[in-house]
Amino acid sequence: MTTTLTAADAADAAPATPAGETTAKQRRRRGPTTGTPVGGVGASILLWGYAVLALAPLVIMVLNSFRTNADFITNPLGLPTSPTVAAYEEAWTVGSFGTYFANSLAVTAGAVAISTAVSTMAAYGLARSRARIFRWLESLFLSGLMLPIHLAILPVFFLFDGIGLIDSRLGLALMYAAAGVPFSIFVLTTFFRQLPEELEEAAVLDGASAWQTFTKIMVPMVRPALATVAVFRFVPIWNDFLYPLVLLRSESNYTLPVGLTNFFGENATNYSALFAGLVITTIPLILLFLVATKQIVAGLTAGMSK
Amino acid sequence: MKTRTGLAFLAPALILFGVFVLYPMITAFSYAFFEWQGTSRQGFAGLANFEALVNRAPFKTDLPRALLHNVLFFLGTMIVQNTIGLTVATLLHRRARTRRMLQTLYAMPYLVSPIVIGYLWTLLLSPTFGPVNQLLTKVGLEQLALPWLGDPKTALWVVILVSVWQWVGFPVLLYGAALGGVPEELTEAARVDGASHGQVFRRITLPLLVPAIGTVSVLTFIFAMEAFALPFAFGGSTGNPAGATDFVSLLFYRSAFDSGAVDAIGTSSALATVLFLIIFGGAMAATKVLRRHERQMAS
Repeated sequence: MTTTLTAADAADAAPATPAGETTAKQRRRRGPTTGTPVGGVGASILLWGYAVLALAPLVIMVLNSFRTNADFITNPLGLPTSPTVAAYEEAWTVGSFGTYFANSLAVTAGAVAISTAVSTMAAYGLARSRARIFRWLESLFLSGLMLPIHLAILPVFFLFDGIGLIDSRLGLALMYAAAGVPFSIFVLTTFFRQLPEELEEAAVLDGASAWQTFTKIMVPMVRPALATVAVFRFVPIWNDFLYPLVLLRSESNYTLPVGLTNFFGENATNYSALFAGLVITTIPLILLFLVATKQIVAGLTAGMSK
Repeated sequence: MKTRTGLAFLAPALILFGVFVLYPMITAFSYAFFEWQGTSRQGFAGLANFEALVNRAPFKTDLPRALLHNVLFFLGTMIVQNTIGLTVATLLHRRARTRRMLQTLYAMPYLVSPIVIGYLWTLLLSPTFGPVNQLLTKVGLEQLALPWLGDPKTALWVVILVSVWQWVGFPVLLYGAALGGVPEELTEAARVDGASHGQVFRRITLPLLVPAIGTVSVLTFIFAMEAFALPFAFGGSTGNPAGATDFVSLLFYRSAFDSGAVDAIGTSSALATVLFLIIFGGAMAATKVLRRHERQMAS
């Protein structure tokens, strides 16, 4: 049952594909739109109350980042009556958050791009090949969904040491790209399998090579799934802590989570700058969430059969 | 597609995955069975590194404690998260208009890095300037304005509850999807036959949710056993205060990169292997039980 749900939800994020559209419509038709809500007013209060609890800490974080440290210390419960971005200026320059931010962005974007590119190719190969070796390779990739790869940090460390990738942002990006391959292949293979093979047959008749068929016809067809994979992989890479903690050495290469730890150790009482640092680390994900809620929700439910 | 063309499409992913995931994963195990002098590998050590985990400091004292914390983290998260998740998902189920929005709001904290979450709550719960204790004092609950994170008795539970707070949107989402899959004819028929809301939930809805609950359990188990970034933000690599928030991954990190022991690679690899076996074994066993249950349901 997990697989059916996965397919349905992944398709839900992809209204552009024909299969996705029918699923979404069916869902809406049989969706729980009728009947009385369970619990009535009391339940509504509970649900909205919980929403406040879920968001309040994040709101407090943002509010306090617009105050000065002295203001916060005199009244920790106060509001930013005269908002200032001084804390941000301090965190960005003195706290090197500008550098950390650029590093995080480069590593994450690079890793997502590499991972999605190689996984799309592999998923297409897996979906359209019939020889037995491909079933074996597919389960090899999917076994990666279950591997706690953080436990391989020591060998990764020595591997990187041997090939000169310690303290390298490129090395970190390659590591993340590889770690994202199982999930991306898992989602994308499902999508390629839903596409009719007549598409390629027509292309071959017109004299297109396998590569041309792939880039010109197949990739555009799975664009919604590509968005899901890219967006959903972005979050854990952006947030990861152990790999940069172990693999990066110099402060100028730190990504945000490690830089944040550094900053926290040195400025434990500069509350407003700390709050600003937390907001800087979080804001890209909030923005991503606002523009791509659908993809993230689809990714979360796709993780079900993990 | 020809096999050769297919393999060409697979090659880049295979190389990347092989070099950076499979190869390290496999060598990680082999490390545990050798003697190590710094970074140079010596002779075959058999199970000596594993024995060190049982009877040598710091593992002798720290490992059982850390493991206990991982287990408590798992159990605590399971109980609180599933209770809240199921309740909220059930209440949301028939609210067609607000459901999407509320689900989205609940899922927001999931996005935020565990490191940020840890530091944010450290600031919020700070005994002197923390808004939480200030608020408690203001509404007349001074007796609750305690150094929650500074006290070894409460620190672990703070970590657990904060983790639940961050992740609860996930079970809400999954249980919501599973509830959508419960055929309404079934529940309506039961209602017509005079069953109460509670009976319908216990006898019909809940059994149908078992696969989703199982999935959440397996994921929570893996997540709880791997806990690293959140406790690191709360208590540093040593699990302050007084090791109260120490976890196996933190112990692994300390022994691998901070201990300075000559055979650190051997013993910490043994520790990683044990943790891997616990995670993989636990997840496999749970999945097997689930599959059997699903077959029973189907027949």
